[in-house]
Amino acid sequence: MSGRPESAPVASGAAGGKRFAYAPAPESRAVVRLRPTYGLFVDGEFVEPSSGVHFPTVNPATEETLAHVAEAGAADVERAVAAAARAQRDVWGPMPGSERAKYLFRVARIVQERSRELAVLETLDNGKPIRESRDVDVPLAAAHFFYYAGWADKLEYAGLGPAPRPLGVAGQVVPWNFPLLMAAWKLAPALAAGNTCVLKPAETTPLSALLLAEILQQAELPPGVVNVLTGAGATGAALVAHPGVAKVAFTGSTGVGKSIQSALAGTGKRLTLELGGKAANVVFEDAPLSQAVEGIVNGIFFNQGHVCCAGSRLLVQESVAGPVVEALQRRVETLRLGDPLDKNTDLGAINSPQQLERIRELADSGERDGATRWSPACAIPERGYWFPPTVFTGVSPAQRIAREEIFGPVLSVLTFRTPEEAVAKANNTTYGLSAGVWTEKGSRILWMAKHLRAGVVWANTFNRFDPTSPFGGYRESGFGREGGRHGLEAYLDA
Amino acid sequence: MSAGAEHVVGAGHRTRSAVGDTAVAGPAHHPVVDELTASESALRRFLFGLPGVDQVGAESRVAALSTRSIKNDAKLWAIDAAISMVDLTTLEGADTPGKVRSLCAKAVRPDPADGSVPPVAAVCVYPDLVAVAKAALAGSPVAVASVATAFPSGRAPLAVRLADVRDALHAGADEIDMVIDRGAYLAGRYATVLEEVRAVKQACGPAHLKVILETGELATYDNVRRASWIAMLGGADFVKTSTGKVTPAATLPVALVIAEAVRDFFEATGRRVGVKVAGGIRTAKDAIRYLVVVNETAGDEWLTPAMFRFGASSLLNDLLMQRSKQRSGAYASPDDFSVE
Repeated sequence: MSGRPESAPVASGAAGGKRFAYAPAPESRAVVRLRPTYGLFVDGEFVEPSSGVHFPTVNPATEETLAHVAEAGAADVERAVAAAARAQRDVWGPMPGSERAKYLFRVARIVQERSRELAVLETLDNGKPIRESRDVDVPLAAAHFFYYAGWADKLEYAGLGPAPRPLGVAGQVVPWNFPLLMAAWKLAPALAAGNTCVLKPAETTPLSALLLAEILQQAELPPGVVNVLTGAGATGAALVAHPGVAKVAFTGSTGVGKSIQSALAGTGKRLTLELGGKAANVVFEDAPLSQAVEGIVNGIFFNQGHVCCAGSRLLVQESVAGPVVEALQRRVETLRLGDPLDKNTDLGAINSPQQLERIRELADSGERDGATRWSPACAIPERGYWFPPTVFTGVSPAQRIAREEIFGPVLSVLTFRTPEEAVAKANNTTYGLSAGVWTEKGSRILWMAKHLRAGVVWANTFNRFDPTSPFGGYRESGFGREGGRHGLEAYLDA
Repeated sequence: MSAGAEHVVGAGHRTRSAVGDTAVAGPAHHPVVDELTASESALRRFLFGLPGVDQVGAESRVAALSTRSIKNDAKLWAIDAAISMVDLTTLEGADTPGKVRSLCAKAVRPDPADGSVPPVAAVCVYPDLVAVAKAALAGSPVAVASVATAFPSGRAPLAVRLADVRDALHAGADEIDMVIDRGAYLAGRYATVLEEVRAVKQACGPAHLKVILETGELATYDNVRRASWIAMLGGADFVKTSTGKVTPAATLPVALVIAEAVRDFFEATGRRVGVKVAGGIRTAKDAIRYLVVVNETAGDEWLTPAMFRFGASSLLNDLLMQRSKQRSGAYASPDDFSVE
């Protein structure tokens, strides 16, 4: 047996077992050139904020400060909205759709060309695994620009009337979980429809939007068509309240969404909200179980569970609950938590200490409420914000972990006996963004889709996104659709 | 004695039975096996009670696993592991003793310039060349595998196929690669397939039995899962994807489904069945992807030559080339490695 490789050295690492331990495979961060400070992107140029105030943005995996970004105040909002209004009136609005399309196609191509840079920057600033920023966030962002570029000269055929017109200036506030992708979801349809934009990225993840601004410069997008204002909640509040903003699009928490809705009441501004969720992932006994387990894992551990449509409630038919939970735990044990820049990392860092605290608090409440908590043995890095993949079993519908959005890698497992009970439990939430159904029976998929109150129902898959497919919620998950032909409606006066 | 044969003997599943004894006792005599194969209807109920395989889901899972980045020490380990798992194969009408002997030399010492390269697991030939291979490999750790049972179609009477197996064994084969009757499988005669696997296993005695499903002809992943279970219930030591004579041969999703099946069979019975992927695997990169799929599906107990094999011919030279690149930092010329 000499020469057989059983005696190879054992490297560290969560998954992969004893024999075949994957060596670290970090993506190089040399491709990203971080500036020490960033200004605001207004009227085609990077400018200093009127307040002169900058705040740090940190890498949540290391707690290292990556850069300082400007905090936009009311005066900056004024400048940005004025620039956007001018650009909309004089340049972008009157421009033929076929010409707007050329700019959007160019932006899409530059996003693809600079994809590695965007992916590494996104991972540095957000903490998500490079595998996801590289294979999901950035390609989908490019796909959204490509898709809506195609609509720019075909708006009269979108089914919204013979001569749909742009609304004007769109104020767009995006969250920290998919910073670049959410910016693309907001900007691409707005621009295709002839609107101009003032975009406010999240406080903790401003860098990819600023790199996107550089890309817009590179694409020679006319000044003022897109403006990027960094800052915190006050900046966003000033933006959505500005009278020059005709349309507000917000993705984020339900609490902030409600306050925006009340602030906008009576102003005549158009509003779309994409808010929280507590999605049910429903697994029937006749499901393709191996793939269902993958779907459960993808549903809750993709992006550390920082996903509004995460499948955070697993509803599994009682007859297969034992084997499904066993297979799920075996699979979760193979997840690799650690350096987000490592190409083999499955689970990255929690985006901020505040979010980590919220996840901890809710997970602890689950334990207090009597649910059974389980996490695999996995080493947690010393620095940075981390939370192990966690599965709660024996969860009852009244517990907080079954009702509140945790927005972290925490799954609550509940059981059901009949399809009717599955629907009743799945719909027993104040949210209504997404749901998953796992069964080999086609008729049951259609029946479930009809009865589930959710904007998106995935069948035998989960967390699949495509620019051609509308996405959005019911009830406290918001209203309006993004993506597809339906996504144009939010930005057109038909 | 080969690593594979040691495994079978070590596991002590059976001893050689009397010639002609065709009683259909399961080789493992495990209550689960006995129960599932108690009757044709029991077998059918079991097979159709297995959860389905969602094609899209299985394919996206292997696509995700294919992005694993295997570097440095991990890559060196994987390359050496892959070399030690190769069943170096020649299955041509034009095979000659000379060709087989040169292949055997390569198997024992894949890179004459570098003694640290491990030998491969086995040399795989047609039955009539087993004796040549056996003689050429005498004293080496490399086993002789032979494709018996009217390979590759299996379209011969059972008695002829069993005679083929006995001939190969008589000539010294350590391992037998049989083909299942895909016609019987596709006609729904699952018990026939099972009985034939059992009969071959019985004929094999202590020799190591690999059961080729020919997944390219079974077409669906559901069939791959069911056929894997039939092979295992029939006593297979290995489930093998393909003959290499049908396209598609081995694919990553098929390997995933088989790896799940052997894992589940182990959980049900305590017996570990190996996996052999064969056909169309030509590069070290491909081979490492298979190792990743097995590692993250069945687990690392399967990452030994006793539990995982590659049926391949040209793969070995690419593994050698990548090995030397990994160690020296520079690519060698293809002509630095022998072509048999």
